[in-house]
Amino acid sequence: MNYFLGLFVSGLTRGSIYALLALGYTMVYGIIELINFAHGEIYMIGAFTALILASVLSIAGLDAISILVIASLVAMIYSAAYGFTMEKIAYKPVRNSQRLSALISAIGMSLFLQNYVRLAQTSNFLPFPTLIPRFGFLQQLTFQVTSAQFVIFVTTTVVMILLTLLIKFTRIGKSMRAASQDKTMAMLLGVNVNRVIALTFIIGSATAALGGVLISSFTGQINFYIGFMAGIKAFVAAVLGGIGSIPGAVLGSFVLGWTESFGAGYISSDYEDVFAFAILVLILIFKPSGLLGRPENKKV
Amino acid sequence: MLELSAVNAFYGRIQALKDVSIRVSAGEIITLIGANGAGKTTTLMSVSGIVRPASGAIMFEDRNLNEVEPDQIVAAGISHVPEGRRIFPYLTVQENLDLGAYLRRDRAAVRTDLEYVFELFPILSQRRHQPGGTLSGGEQQMLAISRALMARPRLLLLDEPSLGLAPLIVQQIFEILGQINRENGTTIFLVEQNAYMALRVAHRGYVMENGSIVLTDDSTVLLENAQVKSAYLGV
Ligand SMILES: Nc1ncnc2c1ncn2[C@@H]1O[C@H](COP(=O)(O)OP(=O)(O)OP(=O)(O)O)[C@@H](O)[C@H]1O
Ligand SMILES: [Mg+2]
Repeated sequence: MNYFLGLFVSGLTRGSIYALLALGYTMVYGIIELINFAHGEIYMIGAFTALILASVLSIAGLDAISILVIASLVAMIYSAAYGFTMEKIAYKPVRNSQRLSALISAIGMSLFLQNYVRLAQTSNFLPFPTLIPRFGFLQQLTFQVTSAQFVIFVTTTVVMILLTLLIKFTRIGKSMRAASQDKTMAMLLGVNVNRVIALTFIIGSATAALGGVLISSFTGQINFYIGFMAGIKAFVAAVLGGIGSIPGAVLGSFVLGWTESFGAGYISSDYEDVFAFAILVLILIFKPSGLLGRPENKKV
Repeated sequence: MLELSAVNAFYGRIQALKDVSIRVSAGEIITLIGANGAGKTTTLMSVSGIVRPASGAIMFEDRNLNEVEPDQIVAAGISHVPEGRRIFPYLTVQENLDLGAYLRRDRAAVRTDLEYVFELFPILSQRRHQPGGTLSGGEQQMLAISRALMARPRLLLLDEPSLGLAPLIVQQIFEILGQINRENGTTIFLVEQNAYMALRVAHRGYVMENGSIVLTDDSTVLLENAQVKSAYLGV
């Protein structure tokens, strides 16, 4: 039973991180129908930013919690700036061209950012400090939940709730949903669609960076390549849930997280990555619109 | 109020508008009629800044709109009810209406206007929390008009509001357009294929063929015009 619960918790942790990343994929796709292949790199850049900050701040003698909060916030802002800039220079100019152009631009952006970080930093793994303090009450549980796992899950839940409220109830949220359904009509009502798109990139990048910081302090090491696999997994999660759908991305992420950890725990950990792609293939065959996706209804 | 002078517009190499000149005075209802593909929608889209003229000028109250962003055109007082209604299908009726008032900050007046559109179209208040996509065609047209009114426009552009609707609903919608014009002084620029209904509600009319304005006069005159009668009124 404890073994099961352990796997459950580890799946929940993975799922949380995938969800923080998948949100960006699904929101960007929802609004400009682009698979932003460079999204994983934003997550990686978030982790690097936090690493640099954490080093500086710990020299300055701050306590772990302050470092975690400051490093996360700065990483989110910094990554958001990257996301914003990326949209402006790599996607906006090709927005009205063929879809392939944007896709190629996204792949180019991904390679560029990976190699930029490799050159500017290093190609080796760097140790990432454990920023998350120990919580005593977790030790009383019969199964193992680390503090990092706990923080990851709680943070993700809070982010999801805030984002849901933003999208459902605010003026900005309504304009985002409107633009994702019909951009021209949104413009005819006075919505500045360029700004809505920029904002989508900013939000998606900030949550991805948060995911990057949290997972790095859980795994304890990072390199320039961590965004690649995480990005692909989160993309699978977004497709699984129904790309374009925010609740779908969250659901898809947890389903994927649990599939991976139970698969690894009960079948074989050698095939961990295979499960993700097996799921992707299955969903593409049996329900291409994803678990919560809307059936394809092309606009005229 | 609105003046298009010698506007030319292209889609790639296809010229959709050829030296189009149209004048709309404050308080008027004017209609633009023409066959499929004449360029009516393109004309309205160029007023809203979605299609940009290659040459010519679109003036709205002494302001040249040629390079003004679409959202600023809405802010200037022009609302557009596009062809095919374009209701946001997954937003509720209420949310669709909220978006109509997107640029407004005067909350109290927005509430008044909401009550006003519910008075015009009571069915919408019953459907308030339903997704826009679940409304019938006629209800969607009512919603599209109401959504545009929520911006409290001074100039209302309407693109074929009668499209695909039963005669009775068309009748009702045209009556309400007349009412909006009379009660609020809203200027209306109505694009229609239903020439008879349009000319009955409008003060003046323009006839468009292949991207050019070929005829313009008072509606009463156009209704009697032999050419209009044979081509658009089917008599
Ligand atoms: N997005 C577009 N790309 C290319 N050509 C277009 C586009 N939109 C319209 N056209 C062409 O421009 C011309 C004018 O079209 P427009 O939609 O303005 O006509 P319309 O008078 O509104 O017709 P309808 O009554 O059928 O709505 C047509 O020949 C049409 O094929
Ligand atoms: Mg048309």
